[in-house]
Amino acid sequence: MTRDEITTGLAEILEEVAGVNPDDVAEGKSFTDDLDVDSLSMVEVVVAAEEKFGVKIPDNEVQNLKTVGDAVSFIEAQS
Amino acid sequence: MSRPDVVVTGLGATTPLGGDVASTWDAMLAGRSGVTALTQEWAEQLPVRIAAQLAVDPSEVLDRVKLRRMDRSEAIALIAAQQAWADAGLADSGLDGERLAVSVGSGIGGAITLLAQDDVLEASGPRRVSPHTIPMLMPNGPAAWVGLELGAKAGVHSVASACATGAEAIALGLDIIRAGRADVVVAGGTEAVIHPLPIAGFSSMRAMSTRNDEPERASRPWDTGRDGFVLGEGAGIVVLERADHAAARGARVYARLAGAGITSDAYDMVQPHAEGEGAIRAIAKAIADADVAKRDIVHVNAHATSTPVGDMLEIGALHKALGDHPVLAATKSMTGHLLGAAGALESIATILAIRDGVVPPTINLDDPEPGLTLEVAAHKPRHMEIPAALNNAFGFGGHNVALVFTRP
Repeated sequence: MTRDEITTGLAEILEEVAGVNPDDVAEGKSFTDDLDVDSLSMVEVVVAAEEKFGVKIPDNEVQNLKTVGDAVSFIEAQS
Repeated sequence: MSRPDVVVTGLGATTPLGGDVASTWDAMLAGRSGVTALTQEWAEQLPVRIAAQLAVDPSEVLDRVKLRRMDRSEAIALIAAQQAWADAGLADSGLDGERLAVSVGSGIGGAITLLAQDDVLEASGPRRVSPHTIPMLMPNGPAAWVGLELGAKAGVHSVASACATGAEAIALGLDIIRAGRADVVVAGGTEAVIHPLPIAGFSSMRAMSTRNDEPERASRPWDTGRDGFVLGEGAGIVVLERADHAAARGARVYARLAGAGITSDAYDMVQPHAEGEGAIRAIAKAIADADVAKRDIVHVNAHATSTPVGDMLEIGALHKALGDHPVLAATKSMTGHLLGAAGALESIATILAIRDGVVPPTINLDDPEPGLTLEVAAHKPRHMEIPAALNNAFGFGGHNVALVFTRP
């Protein structure tokens, strides 16, 4: 899976869970500061991403995923 | 110090009869039933396959993303509260949040969320359980949502007294304003538990009508053919306001909330007291608190749920505490029983009856009980002057609440 494909997949999840406009989702964007994803919604994003990409994202890793790019890199490395 | 007068300046509701107060009231006056067959697959195995479901689904009103963080009972409480807030003209009034309180309860709470997330837990494990589960199922959730959206900072309260909840929440709002803790209280009740488990539970108590083949005829208070209540869902919210506060901003006033009476039976968990003793005391207290002449209370929106025992006990209580002159309505004959929202929705019907000078009809009263010695506006509305009216609400646990409303 390419980084672009992972970004698109994350954008779909973010739209479903938090109502984020897919056009706003880019690797440089921060989940909390730019996309307004609160902590409870972030939990939902993580669980949905695990399911969608067939990866495991441990709780202690989530705090390191500040930007969409961080998440893409983590998922890319796992899959 | 003289006690401040409290008035009603806003109304909001979403019910089996309509998505707002106007459509609900029109349907009531037309004698329409909101009871329909449950066509969901899960209903097939149940002894009860009828209910009064919302006329307008919350998804038609609230944004999708917001809705997925709310239990249905929370969503409809918020919808009704927003209507009442706008109706009261408070949306851009600059009201200080520290003078605004909320008193909104539910009889059962976020049961649909609890059960749905339990299904997730069983099927997919704990990690899949939604992080929104707790705020969705907690019983103070509806009040908290309303307080959050309206900016209420003088306290958010959630009464729980089963089917008396909506009326008790309004009574608490009256107390809050009288005590000087707020100038405006958004008060009422909400309930959304049309789901197999609550239906099976009530059904096992033999409390529900099983007239599955005639949904519209199933809720029939005081009729000899009644066989239990019909479960309904919905929310009713009123804006209570200190009278001088309402006058100062030139607000439209629907009615005065003149008094409230609250008692408990200390008798049985689910059976009302055999002589209706707790109900009699609640009505008497409400009349005394309101300081209104009994002869002026010419209309009662009764609790009358269509159960064999409760309906007639209330008649006896009204005879004793109020007299033989009031004209009664059982609007549950049309809306079904909204449990924790019932007392709030029926308060709204009581207020509009006063405003419009009309007792709403009680449908399905084809063969009245011989003991029904008080007048009921059966089948058709009754137009008459209503200077004051009473609303009763009783709940499992032995809760009795009576509210007296008068013309402004």
